[in-house]
Amino acid sequence: MYSNIMVPVDLAHVERLAKALDTAADLARHYGASVCYVGVTTSAPGEAAHNPAEFEARLEALGAAQAERHGAAVSTRTIVSNDPAIDLDDKLIGAVQETGADLVVMASHMPGLMEHVFASNAGYVASHAAVSVFVVR
Amino acid sequence: MSEQQTPDGVGIRNPDGPANIIETEYEIGQDNISTSVGPFGLDIHNPVFMISGLTIVAFVFLTLAFQDAVGPLFGDLRVWLTSTLDWFFLSAANIFVLLCLFLVVSPLGKVRLGGKDAKPDYSYPGWFAMLFAAGMGIGLMYFGVSEPISHFNSSIGGTTVENGVRTDWAPLGAAVGDQEAARQLGMAATIFHWGLHPWAIYAIVALALALFSYNKGLPLTIRSVFYPIFGERVWGWTGHVIDTLAVFATLFGLATSLGFGAEQASAGLEYLYGLPNTDGSKVFLILAITAVALVSVIAGMDAGVKRLSEINMMMAILLLGFIIVVGPTLNIITGYFSNLGSYLAALPALSNPFGREDANFSQGWTSFYWAWWISWSPFVGMFIARVSRGRTVREFIICVLLIPSAVCVLWMTAFGGTAIYQIINDGFTGVAEADQNFKLFVMLSQYPLAGLTSFVGIVLVVVFFVTSSDSGSLVIDTITAGGKVDAPLPQRVFWCTFEGLVAIALLLGGGLTALQAMSVSTGFPFTIVLLLACYAIVKGLMDEPR
Repeated sequence: MYSNIMVPVDLAHVERLAKALDTAADLARHYGASVCYVGVTTSAPGEAAHNPAEFEARLEALGAAQAERHGAAVSTRTIVSNDPAIDLDDKLIGAVQETGADLVVMASHMPGLMEHVFASNAGYVASHAAVSVFVVR
Repeated sequence: MSEQQTPDGVGIRNPDGPANIIETEYEIGQDNISTSVGPFGLDIHNPVFMISGLTIVAFVFLTLAFQDAVGPLFGDLRVWLTSTLDWFFLSAANIFVLLCLFLVVSPLGKVRLGGKDAKPDYSYPGWFAMLFAAGMGIGLMYFGVSEPISHFNSSIGGTTVENGVRTDWAPLGAAVGDQEAARQLGMAATIFHWGLHPWAIYAIVALALALFSYNKGLPLTIRSVFYPIFGERVWGWTGHVIDTLAVFATLFGLATSLGFGAEQASAGLEYLYGLPNTDGSKVFLILAITAVALVSVIAGMDAGVKRLSEINMMMAILLLGFIIVVGPTLNIITGYFSNLGSYLAALPALSNPFGREDANFSQGWTSFYWAWWISWSPFVGMFIARVSRGRTVREFIICVLLIPSAVCVLWMTAFGGTAIYQIINDGFTGVAEADQNFKLFVMLSQYPLAGLTSFVGIVLVVVFFVTSSDSGSLVIDTITAGGKVDAPLPQRVFWCTFEGLVAIALLLGGGLTALQAMSVSTGFPFTIVLLLACYAIVKGLMDEPR
């Protein structure tokens, strides 16, 4: 049913990703799909990496480690944004098209009062992406 | 923290191509507090955010509580600093210019910000637009006509001496009764204040930040520049103090500019449309502009700040082009080269820090300006750094120092030179007699479509105001988030609103004197910070692969 699963990852908070990563791995195994891990970074040093090249290397390492665990074909995609606090949602929507994904699996937090005004990243992707979105809470 | 939990990838620290990363135990965000206040998620640096926020609040309350005392107090402080320490400000600015020029011609200019193979984040037009909008936008509108006229008038008035002290405000030796000499001196003095020196101040801060952030991998915050000097201590209280100082300088520097902008726009609206020019209308203007700035920061760097800067740049170019075409075209074109010549000829005398006879000019104008630019430098420098990744040092300095200086010469020639032309050739003295705030509009009134161009002038002031406010919020947010450029949105909204409120409080509390004085006060300690940054730049560039 699905052949290419996209998993947006926040490399600064990998500890919160376990459930989403496992969900994506299980779905990939079930449907025989490939998985593409997508990360968005700035060119300035951040919590996850000191520069885009390092970010990409870390994202690839995460992909390789996942491939070893669940055996699916994996790829990674690093997107550089000038202002991720604002642009993240649109960059992810763009990545859905560019990677040709037919399912997005992404982690989110519990919705709160703030989400009535500004959607969470996963909430935005779920409302705007043309493909199925699995929000993991 | 997340470093240990990732599967691996640790230790691969190459920027794009070779560069010399600084190895430090410090991880960006390690001192941050991630919390939520009500529905708002926050990710702030502890303790920089709290200290700067609380001190600024305390300061604003004190200003409001002691309105009568605050104005004179700051006014005296400003005069004392710029007159006693004028030699310090002038010498420091000369050092910055010389270092920049040295870097252009030295082999160090080959170093690329962001690593040898880095690609620029922004194209030339977007980059230039943001440099100008953040750097001097409102000031160009406010002083473009008024400053050349001031120097022209004081020069032509000649020197007056009382008790052995010069009481006139003319630059250098003045030019009694000689209109042409006074014009040249007036233009040279104005260009001196808007040319190489201010842009060198910005370039030093921006270059230092970009180098230590993009090439050395340290967080994008002022303290990183001091790593070569203080080592690991920059992550402790030494660094907290530097960053807090930068937040102060930025906030008070912005407030000065916002005050000027609101006064001019309000005066312009009264002059053009008869609207009441009261404190109430200025406060309304600040609120309205802060609201637009909020929309811009919420729209983000590319859709908000960059687009607004580009619109602003287009409008400024149109206004400049209009003046050149309908004004004394030939005079402006020849004036451009003769003004550039007068500027370069007068540069050694104007920038001389010692034994000056024109104390009123060198202390009241030059020294004040330098302190003012320096108080702006953490903000403008950091913003320039944010948008300059991927340029070589040489390209960076040419584009941040030489080209903006050349554009400022053109701007001053077109606006100030035209106003002086009106006096000399048309015998029209309206501009000289007009109030400081109206000079631009009186000058425009002598040409066709004055209603339209004056309206464009007011809109430009307002939009420059917005671009300063939104880029300032981004910078303060990054500093108070420990160098993170992707901190949660509510923090930007907070700083943007806060800037507007401080501007209002200071405007009502002590008017522009208090605003200016506050700027200058933060400019002084920051001059020391900048001198240390010069050392850090050279040291940092030396061990960078070229």
